[in-house]
Amino acid sequence: MSALLAAAITITLVLYLVAMAVGALRLFRGPAAQDRVLALDFLSIVGMLVMLVLAIRYDSEMYFEGALLMVLFGFVGSIALAKFLLRGEVIE
Amino acid sequence: MNGIAWAEAVVALLLVASGALVLVAALGLARLPDFFLRMHAPALVSTLAAWLVTLASIVHFSSRGEGLALHVWLIIIVLSITAPVTTIVLARAALFRRRQAGDALPPPLQGRGPDR
Repeated sequence: MSALLAAAITITLVLYLVAMAVGALRLFRGPAAQDRVLALDFLSIVGMLVMLVLAIRYDSEMYFEGALLMVLFGFVGSIALAKFLLRGEVIE
Repeated sequence: MNGIAWAEAVVALLLVASGALVLVAALGLARLPDFFLRMHAPALVSTLAAWLVTLASIVHFSSRGEGLALHVWLIIIVLSITAPVTTIVLARAALFRRRQAGDALPPPLQGRGPDR
């Protein structure tokens, strides 16, 4: 791996980290419950992107399955939370 | 520069672009004044930033001389199915909760009846 790609991966991970910190700010500040659900959805997708970047960093395709699972579980979690906000029940 | 170096340069460019996009989306999520405005910002991540990272991954794993590595495309397909569903359900939940609380709703669409 060249120095250029290593530096780019470091810069990208730092940018993701700052973005996740800013998203966590929205998660803690609210003000409404739907804002927190939106921030959680954002954080799960950025976490999935971190997995994909780590796959390039460590030159391993094993991270791909982890990223796919994070997409699916993030979707299920966001839908469950949004359904709960809509109805007060997840499964009716 | 040989082919591998070109591929690494392309991967580096795509990754840094996606990092900048994610940061823009996070700033939008933190700074926009209303929930329905804030919903627009994370869409940037689940569309363009995810596409850029996926393309970077495909270029990187295809440049090793073992053929095309297109399986990462599956993430884009799954994401393009799930992201609109999440957005719609969350927007409906937010509309419902605002209506219940009696808060200000966004203005109705032009040329539509009041049965929204």
